[in-house]
Amino acid sequence: MSQRTSRLVLLASAAIVTAGSAIDAEADELVLYCSPQEEWCQQVVTLFESETGISVAMTRKSSGETYAQIKAEADNPRGDVWWGGTGDPHLVAAEEGLTEPYESPMLDELHDWAIDQYEASDGATVGIYAGALGFGYNTELVAEKGLEAPACWADLIKPEFKGEVQMANPNSSGTAYTALATFVQLMGEEEGFEYLKALHANVNQYTRSGSAPITAAARGETMIGIVFQHDAVTQKVAGFPIEVVSPCEGTGYEIGSMSLIKGARNPENARTFYDFVLRADIQSMAREVGAYQVPSNRDAEAPPESPDFDSINLIDYDFKTFGSSDVRARLLERWDNEVGSLPN
Amino acid sequence: MPLKKTGPLGLWLAIGWVGFVLIPWYAQSRGLFDPGWLLAWDRQSTAPGLQQALLHGRLWLLPLVLPLAAPSLLLGRRQDTPAAANLLIVCGALGTLYCLGQGFLITHRGWGFEVLEAWFGPLGVRQFGIGGGASLTLLAFLMLFAQGIAAKGAVNGDRFVVGSITLIVVLVAAFIFFPVGRILTGALQGPDGGLAPMLFVERFLDNRIWGLGCLTGGPRCGVAWNTLTLALATGAGTTLLGLAFALVVTRTAFPAKRALRALTILPIITPPFVVSLAIILLFGRSGTVTQFFAELMGIDGGRWIYGFWGVWLAQVLSFTPIAFLVMIGVVEGVSPSLEEASQTLRASRWQTFTTVSLPLMRPGLANAFLLGFIESMADFGNPLVLGGNFQVLSTEIFFAIVGAQHDPGRAAMLAIVLLAFTLMAFWAQQQWLGRKQYTGVSGKGDAGMPTPLPTPLEWTAYAITVPWAVFTAVMYSMILFGGFVEIWGRDHSFTLRHYQDAFGVTQGAFGLVWSGTAWNSFTTTLWIAFVSAIPTALIGLLTAWLLTRQQFGGKAAFEFGTMLSFAIPGTVIGVAYIIAFNVPPIEITGTGIILILAFVFRNMPVGVRAGIATLAQLDKSLDEASLTHRATTLQTVRLILMPLMKPAMLAALVYSFVSAMTAISAVIFLVSARYELATTYILNRVEAGAFGIAIAYSSVLIVVMLVVIAIFQLVIGERRLGRRGAAAPSGFAGAGR
Repeated sequence: MSQRTSRLVLLASAAIVTAGSAIDAEADELVLYCSPQEEWCQQVVTLFESETGISVAMTRKSSGETYAQIKAEADNPRGDVWWGGTGDPHLVAAEEGLTEPYESPMLDELHDWAIDQYEASDGATVGIYAGALGFGYNTELVAEKGLEAPACWADLIKPEFKGEVQMANPNSSGTAYTALATFVQLMGEEEGFEYLKALHANVNQYTRSGSAPITAAARGETMIGIVFQHDAVTQKVAGFPIEVVSPCEGTGYEIGSMSLIKGARNPENARTFYDFVLRADIQSMAREVGAYQVPSNRDAEAPPESPDFDSINLIDYDFKTFGSSDVRARLLERWDNEVGSLPN
Repeated sequence: MPLKKTGPLGLWLAIGWVGFVLIPWYAQSRGLFDPGWLLAWDRQSTAPGLQQALLHGRLWLLPLVLPLAAPSLLLGRRQDTPAAANLLIVCGALGTLYCLGQGFLITHRGWGFEVLEAWFGPLGVRQFGIGGGASLTLLAFLMLFAQGIAAKGAVNGDRFVVGSITLIVVLVAAFIFFPVGRILTGALQGPDGGLAPMLFVERFLDNRIWGLGCLTGGPRCGVAWNTLTLALATGAGTTLLGLAFALVVTRTAFPAKRALRALTILPIITPPFVVSLAIILLFGRSGTVTQFFAELMGIDGGRWIYGFWGVWLAQVLSFTPIAFLVMIGVVEGVSPSLEEASQTLRASRWQTFTTVSLPLMRPGLANAFLLGFIESMADFGNPLVLGGNFQVLSTEIFFAIVGAQHDPGRAAMLAIVLLAFTLMAFWAQQQWLGRKQYTGVSGKGDAGMPTPLPTPLEWTAYAITVPWAVFTAVMYSMILFGGFVEIWGRDHSFTLRHYQDAFGVTQGAFGLVWSGTAWNSFTTTLWIAFVSAIPTALIGLLTAWLLTRQQFGGKAAFEFGTMLSFAIPGTVIGVAYIIAFNVPPIEITGTGIILILAFVFRNMPVGVRAGIATLAQLDKSLDEASLTHRATTLQTVRLILMPLMKPAMLAALVYSFVSAMTAISAVIFLVSARYELATTYILNRVEAGAFGIAIAYSSVLIVVMLVVIAIFQLVIGERRLGRRGAAAPSGFAGAGR
């Protein structure tokens, strides 16, 4: 074997070895699936990393997408913990055995609604924040068109708002599914779907992510966006001409949740993270990154701009029912068939 | 060339044994460079194959010793006898099949199939995906097999050629045919995983795919029709524009030709959403142009841009450069003497153009149209951002996978429909033009001057080209400008905030802290694009060499197989990869290597095409001269051909790199927490409404790509020929981003 060939062989082996090493290079000490806004995800990751030294690999995907990913990976889980995102997909995941129960020492510091979420899922998920559903509208566009500002759900189906409303697609967004469930509970299932069909006539686009409608409204690409009120507050505080509306008939709310993924590769670190984000001081810092949800730790400071739960007309949202996988699948399928496929 | 009596048998046996006895058999979560694995035979995650069998109860690996040991009987003896050949073939084949077979039969859950569990009872020990050790052993077995076939006389007993063919066939089969095959079977599966052929029919005939309601004023049309219409419109648009640009650049006295050329190439290196984003900022409901016209004429444009027309506009803007590159070659290749002949026969310029020039350009027009068609079909980014409620197949596939409905069967069905469309178009392209070289450049000098265009045509061309060029220039200046203003459309104060948010670097307690949010995805994307560009070019050029310089059975099938990935849209590949590679034996989802593989096998055909075009120009006598001096085939390739193929290498490298940097449709499924890419990051920012940072990031990507392309050109260098200048390979195409 000539010298040249042997060098080639060495090179080739080195290449193969390197290739082999690229298979799962470096240990991820914690793999986090994060569903709230990107800035908040980044903040929590940075805080956690600097305090514990555990390096975090984070993906930001909306709650519906994260649920789908966890389900797809169920055979061979890659994530460790799912933080944030509206509670219904978490409850479905718990029911399907994709997540693992854990009794955190922080539980007794939480609000009742957060503990209810914990009990509804037999310990597989816990509430980390709450948000009221509602909508926001662009004040400049409304003034331009000389319209009366909408204040109720019924206003949104008025003909003058044709092509002016935006909402997320309930298949990919937890926000939109909460809206769907809210209408069903507020008006009854048949009337709820009638409402959605009427609303469809005014909707210009069903977005992929739950907060996209209000960012579009903020930039004037649409007039009204149906989102959680805290998302609308974020835009308003950032200086956009947005007004936040808590609909007069009453509205639903979400309990943003967190779950440990079953079969995680770093279960210890996942539990450390779980306890970490339930702390009052960590939850109080959410405001710095423009997250205006109501935190679940009783001692955490709720931002003053957050919607005041006491003054909002909230319905008695049945998380257990609407978080179950068959009710969810049935409602989504019905939406796809009766609303999603209608002409624009 | 007669088979040498001994070959690199010892080498491959050595590699096989190293893989079996020294290197960890299974995929490592810490990577092989963490030295903990060396001789750590007691840990079951790091033990090599033999130790796994002996110490950790994975007895099914023991039989591999036989095919590894048997060929050593041949060391030092003649290897070209029939008996030796048979031994090598048997050992190689058995080894490969057993290695792969046990990977499929025994997975991380024990038995891979329930039938086996019923027969043998549950398995106590599991196994993970193949790692370095298993890959090396598998490679060794394959090469033993190839040696055996060569000893039998295949391809004149040339071991290097047979080895290369075997390797490429196996790679293509593993990373293109296997995943796509899994998708096809996925469409036949019911929700519980069992076979359900009736479900296939039901899914196929779904009204959401094929409904024609929109023609009768009813509910929207099926998504397949949407995609088809859009593709046809985009093909037509890009071809027309490409032709107009090519005519202006080659046939008129337009003053700013170089600027025009540069402008048309720019969209190729632009990340996918930048165009859509710029369109929203200009023509969106609150866009600059819309507002301008609203004030001027009191018309409220509304959201007119969202939907079919917006996507069409974005696609034409993005894909015109490809049509342009094709048409330039075509228009320049029309022989001027033919046109002169026409004019001497007293035809007017218009007649000359329509009866002589245009028919000669027809193949090019067809090629450009088909390329635009295929690109539009595979496009994902533009419909996602600008589509509104206009759904196309690639976005539907995406929602079927990531949406809450999570229906991989439906996604597989849609993928098949999309694949069928692109394959048909690809086949049409191959039929029409595949093998022809339609340059009119021959050995004889053709010193004629190209005929100037008929005046009305010239002005039409200007009327189309100039506004378009201005529009593109405005868009790109906006893109540059947009990164430096607070909020486009509302607050135009100058700021560096977006760049700081993305690429900030601060001074921490222990040194520099990369505080910008974009660094992670940026470095990952750069690294992956680099690492994937090199194997893409190498495999592509090797394949090109095999196709042009070697004769072997099944060559047509081989060629088809390697070019197939051209026609597969990105979303299909992405879905196929996550379905096929999430479980052992090849368990690579969530890693960097799945991204690299996706890029390599999608972009390989460009290297093949460039290589074929370049090699066709190199006379075979060069090879023969080398072989007469008793150089081996490998030496000939390395010393003679490679240096002459620099243009092809450069084209392949540049294309792979750019394609990897701007890919979105495949990678949106393949990114993970650890490996985030720039394009998915930008998409998330666009969806969140953070346009400033998206634009800033995109501007940086464009600049970086330009720099890297310049570096590639410097490193590869120009090839120095005695006489003619190097002709650039034509056929710059790809199956979408």
